[in-house]
Amino acid sequence: MKRDMICIICPRGCAMTAEVCGDKVSVTGHSCPRGEEYAVNECLHPVRTVTATVRVANRKDTMVSVKTASPVAKGDMMQVMAALRAITVSAPVSMGDVLLQNVCGADVIATENVY
Amino acid sequence: MINHDIVIIGGGPAGMAAAVSAYDAGCKDVVILDREPRLGGILMQCIHNGFGLHKLGRELTGPEYAAVYAEKVAERNIKVYTETMVTDLSPEKIVTARNRQGILKIRAKAVILAMGCRERSRGALNICGSRPAGVYSAGTAQKLVNCMGYQVGKRVVILGSGDIGLIMARRMSFEGAKVEAVCEVMPYSGGLTRNIVQCLEDFGIPLYLSTTVVEIHGRKRLEGVTIAQVDEHRKPIEETKRYIPCDTLLLSVGLIPENELTRAAGIPIDPVTNGALVDEHCQTRIPGIFACGNVLQVHDLVDYVSEEAERAGLGAVQYVKDAAADEEVIRTLPGNGVRYVLPQTIHKGDEDISLFLRVTQPFKNVKFTVTDGETVLLTAKRLKAAPGEMEKLTLKADKLKDVKGPITVSLEVL
Ligand SMILES: Cc1cc2nc3c(=O)[nH]c(=O)nc-3n(C[C@H](O)[C@H](O)[C@H](O)COP(=O)(O)OP(=O)(O)OC[C@H]3O[C@@H](n4cnc5c(N)ncnc54)[C@H](O)[C@@H]3O)c2cc1C
Ligand code: SF4
Repeated sequence: MKRDMICIICPRGCAMTAEVCGDKVSVTGHSCPRGEEYAVNECLHPVRTVTATVRVANRKDTMVSVKTASPVAKGDMMQVMAALRAITVSAPVSMGDVLLQNVCGADVIATENVY
Repeated sequence: MINHDIVIIGGGPAGMAAAVSAYDAGCKDVVILDREPRLGGILMQCIHNGFGLHKLGRELTGPEYAAVYAEKVAERNIKVYTETMVTDLSPEKIVTARNRQGILKIRAKAVILAMGCRERSRGALNICGSRPAGVYSAGTAQKLVNCMGYQVGKRVVILGSGDIGLIMARRMSFEGAKVEAVCEVMPYSGGLTRNIVQCLEDFGIPLYLSTTVVEIHGRKRLEGVTIAQVDEHRKPIEETKRYIPCDTLLLSVGLIPENELTRAAGIPIDPVTNGALVDEHCQTRIPGIFACGNVLQVHDLVDYVSEEAERAGLGAVQYVKDAAADEEVIRTLPGNGVRYVLPQTIHKGDEDISLFLRVTQPFKNVKFTVTDGETVLLTAKRLKAAPGEMEKLTLKADKLKDVKGPITVSLEVL
């Protein structure tokens, strides 16, 4: 299967084409090895850091911003979101607090303080 | 009336970085005024990551980036007046503000303007049709969803493909909404490639270029929009009109620097940047009043905001200490392919000076040339240049020594 993609590693933004055969990916259009590496990863196991907010139960109209401490598989993003929608936390929350452990392989941590 | 050496209006990334740099340069009597209950400015609602790669070498979310600077402010015991709205600034540098305690009047030796931007609203665009609920500016929707936890809509069309529009496309998708389309009136997106990939392609959201919203439908709540392609004069093409049902329209159509106070003080504004005219220390045409961050020019990277603010902070300290030398003033001008150059004036001193500029349209393989009409001071090649990405060119002090007249920055396609 052929796939067109734009490299996002540096501002040059090379237009690349990747062809996946089993676990082998052949890439064309990249100008440097970093682009090739990105294309291979994007085809075989793309990952993303998920950022969102979680409701704070004991503060009116207040959410605490969160992120996955490490990237999760791209296909798992919606599952992470569903898990986050299902929880509430109570203030105080400190930046770096783990709010949810091991969702799709990553911890979810707070990215701000709520006093 | 109370007295302070340096008064900073706005406690976003610009105000915080300016305060820290002024303090570290030896001026301990610095205060920050902000109308919000906490420091951080617009970053507090930008919960996505991608901040700080240039300046801090780490990829942070907006609140995390703000926290780095809020901590520096706190460590230095810099006084912060929160929930304090500045209502007037006089050319004599008297700052009037109000908060719960009442009216506050501060006589400042130097003032740093760091009020940021607000979003261009629908009214500014004049889309025809009714006035139903469900039409938001993207930043307002961002605040409602991210900070307050409201769901603003289920079927969404976004007008404008700048980074804020793209980020909100992803955010709304995460919240379970269906984003039907992102429309961009220009033939190219103003957003970062990374955001096009991770905010649109990841969710299968179509981006329609050279396309705009021509009509809004619905009485109480938005029911749909009519979109159409536009010709090269940005006029909608009748035959391409198409109806898309939706309950929410997000407008991400640009930012306007909040320069009401700047105008009140009588500070001249550049009609292209919509910010004050400044020199290399971010000093406006009124000596002792400085401007930095989005109130000076709309930035796409917060890292540059912090850097600019640090220069403003140093400039203010120099002014307070009366150390500013009487140097010759040189103008900077945009030439071919360049929309604006900032600072608009520079001084011949013994420091290197960075020029910031934006190009008029996307280009590939360009060469920037900086000349004073006689000598070429600098050339720089770029594989790509786009209006959405600010360029920075640094002139060396030794090159500036012999400059004869105004400096022009232009580009040619190779
Ligand atoms: C929605 C959005 C998304 C963005 N995404 C990114 C991104 O992904 N990566 C990136 O690097 N950059 C991003 N940016 C850009 C970056 O966040 C901004 O450039 C930066 O926040 C600007 O900082 P500032 O301090 O100039 O303004 P602001 O952050 O807007 O701060 C201005 C402050 O001034 C205060 N203020 C204004 N007027 C008054 C007054 N009269 N009295 C008292 N206080 C006042 C306001 O309350 C506010 O706190 C984004 C910007 C926006 C708007
Ligand atoms: S392939 Fe290399 S040069 Fe091209 S965009 Fe990617 S990182 Fe940059």
